[in-house]
Parts: sequence; structure tokens; C-alpha cells
Amino acid sequence: MSVTGRTPSALADWILMVLFAAAVLTMPWWLAPFGANYPDLMQKFAIYGVFAVGFNLLFGLTGYLSFGHAAFLGVGSYTAVWCFKLLTMNVLPALVASVVVAGIFAFLIGFVSLRRSGIYFSILTLAFAQMSYNLAYSVLTPITNGETGLQLSLSDPRVVDSALGVEVTRSLPSTTFFGIKMSGISGFYFCAVVLIIAFFVALRITRSPFGMMLKAIKSNQTRMKYTGFNTRPYLIWAFVISGMYAGLAGALLSITDPLAGAERMQWTASGEVVLMTILGGVGTMIGPVLGAALIKYLENIFSAINTGELTRMLSWVPEGMQDFAVSTVGLFVGDGWHLTLGLMFMIVVVFLPGGIMEGVRRIARLFSRRKAGPVEPPRATNIATAGEGGA
Amino acid sequence: MSTPMENIVLHVADVHKSFAGLHALSDIDLSVREGETHAIIGPNGAGKSTLLNVCIGRLAPDSGHVVFDGQNLTGRAPHEINQLGVVRVFQTPEIFPDLTLLENVMVPILAKRDGSFHLALFRRFSSEKAAREEAESILADLGLGPLRASLATSLSRGDKRRLELAMGLSQHPRLLLLDEPTAGMARHDTNATIDLLKKIKERGMTKVIIEHDMHVVFSLADRISVLAGGRIICQGTPEEVKNDPRVKEAYLGEEQV
Repeated sequence: MSVTGRTPSALADWILMVLFAAAVLTMPWWLAPFGANYPDLMQKFAIYGVFAVGFNLLFGLTGYLSFGHAAFLGVGSYTAVWCFKLLTMNVLPALVASVVVAGIFAFLIGFVSLRRSGIYFSILTLAFAQMSYNLAYSVLTPITNGETGLQLSLSDPRVVDSALGVEVTRSLPSTTFFGIKMSGISGFYFCAVVLIIAFFVALRITRSPFGMMLKAIKSNQTRMKYTGFNTRPYLIWAFVISGMYAGLAGALLSITDPLAGAERMQWTASGEVVLMTILGGVGTMIGPVLGAALIKYLENIFSAINTGELTRMLSWVPEGMQDFAVSTVGLFVGDGWHLTLGLMFMIVVVFLPGGIMEGVRRIARLFSRRKAGPVEPPRATNIATAGEGGA
Repeated sequence: MSTPMENIVLHVADVHKSFAGLHALSDIDLSVREGETHAIIGPNGAGKSTLLNVCIGRLAPDSGHVVFDGQNLTGRAPHEINQLGVVRVFQTPEIFPDLTLLENVMVPILAKRDGSFHLALFRRFSSEKAAREEAESILADLGLGPLRASLATSLSRGDKRRLELAMGLSQHPRLLLLDEPTAGMARHDTNATIDLLKKIKERGMTKVIIEHDMHVVFSLADRISVLAGGRIICQGTPEEVKNDPRVKEAYLGEEQV
């Protein structure tokens, strides 16, 4: 009956969903020309995609910028590894437990942090995440195995597996999904399916009345209160849901490689998901996934380049300049790849504040304007005449 | 003039409010009866907006209290006051700039159900459809129908005021507080708004209006309170107020009604 301009119709959402699922599942083919079609990297795309989609549910919808989401990622990872150690190598209980435990953590941290907004909220989340990191790194060593990181061992009880009579191997067992090994390409497909489901749920949340309320809170929280809304529970739930997504991503990291270390909770990891979301496009559906994939892809390329390779690549530079060129460019690759990331981030924020998705929109608008010409905006009718009809 | 039989909906009792020593409101005693349109007038800085802010919980009074329908509003959170049926239409448009007009009206409609908190994670088309249809009809009433899919930030100032009014009306308030509803509107739209507000009155909605435009005040108000220097200097019917010498001195004298 009515076209709700900015809110895409249900049909458009389904088309988006189908295209997204198709694109994710066919990654092994279309990523081949980029040399990125090996399972380890594609898993990372999917896992950090889940992380960024969840982060965007908080940041994109409510505008609350959390600098502590890595804490939930880490909690998810530890929970998953403990599930593998204590219960079973099947990944399903680990996934569920990680999401639940991360949700509880998010509730506790969110409950306190959401007493403030803006920069104070961000600082509070950052402080909590750093506390979690330090707890994991040293204080809680019995649970987290501190510096070494939590890993599987042959002496783990795995009560469910042993009750079911799963054969005890001489080497460490690998994670499975009802018999399917979670390594290599099957591991990628598992993460891909989880990403698709997570994306679908995020899309539904964004279009739901709950999503509309969150957007209204971002738009004008004061007005929301005078409209009869108690905004706090809304924000807490958004924070918890977003924390659960981070826990899910953390569990996937442990599933594909059953090892959890404290560095996953460090502030750089929290910052990374902020960069992914902003780079891709805050508040858009696809943007965070694109941002996550782009950062992981470039990290993979740039951090792998060492001095020897760089010298070969720059062999075209005149003899006298070569050493200078190698040492300058060398700052931006290998361990210094974060410099490249920083530069890229700066360029995007200055020229494309809406991220990659804004770039896409601008190009699309350029084409549609050429086709259609300027469009006359609709005007309000006069109340004097319009009022006759109703009331 | 006041008959004890009449039902007092809003009672502002002995309210004081001062900012850094400046008495914004002193000894305010005000009763609004069910179904009436009560106008509050007064020169700039008389404390009119402060009074409204005290009523909706934006400001806490230094002393005294505000009672709505037997319930004390003082100290309640703004969203609770709204849930009781006291809705304010702001003077400077307080809308949701990043939402469409339709969403701007749907949010207040859903406030009754979702306000205290309702985790509607998945679209339930039935309940959403009812809200959507109601929002569409309210927007059409106010002549904003064709713009329902645009973002509220793109509206002109006058249209923002109309949207603000639509948001207020969509909540079917028991008491509507209007802060200069026609400020910034062209004469033509002002008259249309007066007609609209008269229509609401026929539906029995109690209204408190702050207004500068005497044309609006005298076409709508059943009773008028005159604020000057933070005090109510006169209360009565439009006729009584018009003829009161104190009012003429404080306010009307400058305006020539």
C-alpha cells in the first residue's frame, strides 16, 4: 500500500539476504583471483564479519561506541575451549555456552557502562575490557592459563565424549560438528553458515520495532524519554545482543583453532572492530562485513611482506635510491602494517565518512542521476485542505 | 467562578523554582479542569516554559508539587509522566531527525506498549501494521502525508512543528501541553492549526497552551492565566483577563489587542 522510502521493503531484504548468502558461500571461487581463497583466511573473513555485524548492532543503531568489545570475544573463546576440555569436541555446546556466557558478561559491563553516554561510555567499556585482559593474563591464570593461553591436552576429561564412548586418540582430538572436522574448507563452510544466520538475525533486528526504537534513541534520546520510553533497558539489551555476537565470533575462533589467549581481549582487538565497522560503513548492513574482510585481507598481504621480498619488489628503483625506498616502504609492511591501516582509515574517514558503503552509494547515485535527471521532492500539502479528510 | 463540582486534572500547587538566585517561578498555584483549554500567557522571561518543564519532569521544582489526576508528578522520570498521559509538544521541534516522518509518528504510537520496555526483536506485522496505519492517518490529517517516507531532518521549520504536533496527538494524551504551537508558522497555517486544535477539543482532550499570539489565545482558550515575573498575576476567562488592569499594565498594553 505505502512505499516507506528509506525503510527497504521486505522483498528487498529477502533479495539482499539471498545475494549475501550466495556471495559468502561462493567465496572459495570468486576470491581465487585475489589469492585469498584458502580456508584459514576465509574463516577469518566470516568470523570477524560476525564480530563486526554484532558490533554494528550497538554502534550503528544506538550510536553508543564501545571500546571494549574484545572482552566478549575473549570470553567466548575461553568458554568454547573449556567446553572442548570438559564436555565434548562437538562445537555445538561450545557455541551455545559461549554466546550465553558472553551475554552475561555484556549484561554486567553494560549495566554499569550505560549509566553514561558519549565519551564516558566509551572510556568505561575500554576500562572494563582492559581489566578483563589483565584478569585473563595474570590474575585468573588457573582459568585462562595466563600468558601461554588455554589449550587442549590429552588429560582433559571430556565427560560427554567419554560417556558416549568416543575413541581416545593418542594425539589431540580435533573439533567436530557431528563428525565433520572443523578444519580446512569444512571449517570455513561452518563459519560461513554461522555468518549468514547471524547476518539474517541482525537484519531482522534492524528492521524490527526494537531496531526502530534503537535508531530513535540514537537520533534524539531526550525526545525518546519525553515520548514515554525508558531508554535504559533498550540500550542494555542492544549491548547484550552485541556482546553475544562477539562471544559467538570468539567461539568460532576457538572452533577453527582450539586455543584461547589473553591477547584477544586487548584494546587493539577492540579498536580493530571499530575500524572494521567505520571502514565498511556504520549503520549499514553489508558495510561491517566488507570492512572486516578488507582489513583481514590487507593484514594478510601487508604483514606477510618481509625485507627480502620488498627488495625484490622494489628492484626497479634506481640503484642509489633502493636502500632508502626499501627502508621507507618497509615501515608500512610486516609488523608495521598498522601504519598502512592507519593511513587507509584516515583517508576513508576524511573523504568517505560513511565508509565503503558511502562510496558505493555515491557511485550508484552518479549513475541513476545520469539516467533519470533531477527529481522533484514531494511537498507537504496544505493542512487547511488536508485536514478536511480525517480526524 | 470555579465551581467545586468540576474535575481538576492538573494541579500545580505552591511551586517555587529559582536559578542561581533568580526566581523563575514563585508561589505558582494553577488548576486545570478536565476538557478545558487553558492558556498561559505572559511577557518573555515570565517563566512560562519553566512551568511546562516542571510539569513534564524536565526540571524539579525547589518546593511545591504537581499533581496530575491524583498522582504526584514531582520526582517521576519523564517517561513515567508521559505514560500517565501527560504529553508535551515542544517549541523548538524535538523530533527524530534521522527517522522518516512515518517512523517519527510510529515511535510515539508504540510507546504505550513498548515504552517501559518490550523486546520486539522480530517484526510482528499485525501490531506494526495498526501503528503504521494510524501514523499514516495522523500525518495525512496534518497535511504531511506525501512526505511520510522522507527523513524528518529534511523538513522546513514549519513542517517540523507540524510533525511535532502529530507526534503529540498520536499518543492520545489526557493532557496535552503545547509550547507555542504556532510560532514560526505562516498566518494561513496558524489558522489551520487553530481549527485542528479546536477539533481536538471537541474530543475532550485537556490542553495547556503557552502562546504569544493573542489571536490564537483568544480563539482557543477557555481560561487564561497570566504569568509575569514568575508569578501568576491574574486568572480567569478571556473576557475577565482582557479587562483586568494589572494584565493591561504587565502585558497587553504593549500588544494592543
